[in-house]
Amino acid sequence: MEELRGKHLLGIKDLLREEIELIFEVADNFKEVINRPIKKVPSLRDITIANVFFENSTRTRLSFELAEKRLSADVINFSSSNSSVKKGETLLDTVNNILAMKVDMIVMRHASPGAPHFLAKNIDANVINAGDGTHEHPTQALLDAFSIREKLGQVEGKKVAIIGDILHSRVALSNIFALKKLGAEVMVCGPSTLLPKHIHELGVSVSLEVQEALQWCDVANVLRIQLERQQVKYFPSLREYSLYYGINKKMLDKLDKQITIMHPGPINRGVELSSDVADSEHSIILEQVENGVAIRMAVLYLLAGKNKSVSFS
Amino acid sequence: MILFLLNFAELILFILLLIYPFFLFGFQFSPALYLSITMAEKRLILDNELLDITLSRLAHQLIENHGDFDNTVILGLQPRGIFLADRLKKKLESYIGKPISLGYLDITFYRDDFRRREAPLKANATHIPFLVESKKVILVDDVLYTGRSVRAALDAMTAFGRPRKVELLVLVNRKYTRHLPVEPMYVGKAVNTIDTQKVLVEWDEKGTQTGNVWLTSKQDT
Repeated sequence: MEELRGKHLLGIKDLLREEIELIFEVADNFKEVINRPIKKVPSLRDITIANVFFENSTRTRLSFELAEKRLSADVINFSSSNSSVKKGETLLDTVNNILAMKVDMIVMRHASPGAPHFLAKNIDANVINAGDGTHEHPTQALLDAFSIREKLGQVEGKKVAIIGDILHSRVALSNIFALKKLGAEVMVCGPSTLLPKHIHELGVSVSLEVQEALQWCDVANVLRIQLERQQVKYFPSLREYSLYYGINKKMLDKLDKQITIMHPGPINRGVELSSDVADSEHSIILEQVENGVAIRMAVLYLLAGKNKSVSFS
Repeated sequence: MILFLLNFAELILFILLLIYPFFLFGFQFSPALYLSITMAEKRLILDNELLDITLSRLAHQLIENHGDFDNTVILGLQPRGIFLADRLKKKLESYIGKPISLGYLDITFYRDDFRRREAPLKANATHIPFLVESKKVILVDDVLYTGRSVRAALDAMTAFGRPRKVELLVLVNRKYTRHLPVEPMYVGKAVNTIDTQKVLVEWDEKGTQTGNVWLTSKQDT
């Protein structure tokens, strides 16, 4: 495949396997670029990108901003905490005002599932979903799969366990789509209250025992408990969750093989992962962060190539 | 009778319609001429033997200017310049008797036609295991045509340091086709071409048996 089919990246669900592999190939090139003495290429020098974050984020936003700057794009940042959204402006009005300043691409995070899809239908600029509520977080899933491919050689045929708060996690859903498309086997594991009811219909196996999941998998992708999204109590206390579902060194030593530990961040040390696991040599958490920049550069580059809003003739 | 006349008139009209284009364009579309335009004409400009002689000459010219390559590195341009760079490196090493620094430089992200093409171009690997800071750099490509790749390469190279001097070596120099003021310092073969012609370089490293340079005049490529 030579290019992406759509002009937006809204979710992994709409991508073909070939498109994911194309993004990986381009990301390989950009990974080499960001390890050069001068980590910058001029490809997107005539593109302006707005990072519109209606929800808090450190990693994703920094990663996107860095990716944009490494491609020489002009970047403006917007976060809802210090904006007119507080004064009652609608999403479309806010974005149209930003676009009126001649912006070519929008990177958006929003608390409502489907917000980027709504935007994509109503504006001309390319839209990249940087997380919409509990729905999808495509670039995170891409960088997770890219990191697995880098660590284990390929994704096809590997066994990946996603452990933790599956119910509130957009990372889990996007990861399931991406990994299934690339031919991996996926298991989700967590307390039954944090597993969506019909999750097995996505073709994943389900386990309630974390030790069983660890024994089965090659890679464990451990998720954070998203207390900010939990309206009711799903488990008695964080301490109890940590006792039953927290992963520590002792549990990994019990296995008869080495497994790779991933985490999309931010980590709650001592809750889902103990410090000795998070910092062990089997953890690729910081590699994920590095790959995040390369993956986002690849996505921006491929989508910008489809942006013909500027006429050069 | 009337019916017959009508048919006759229609027939005349039909014949006139058939030969109408010839009145418009004259009778210039003879079959032979038509074939010569559409069929690719392929002319060998460097065969395997001659190519080897040319490469030897280029290697000696480089040694003339750079001595034992103490402070000189070679950068082959992806995707097609790297085969020439590989062969030059082998030749130079056999003459000098010591290893020479060779890197591969990809220019995709530095091109000036991004977003003007239908689809973004796929990149190739850049592999430069050294810094070019204060080194003499020889850029190597197979065909010099518009000069735009070389401009991008000059740009891309600066990500690996500030070279002391940059020279350009090409196997085939297409004359009178430049879009930018770029001229090579070392030339394997200079050819006069027009825009519709193509220079095709086949390398044995790519799986074909011989190293040949062809000049083709294909209309549609």
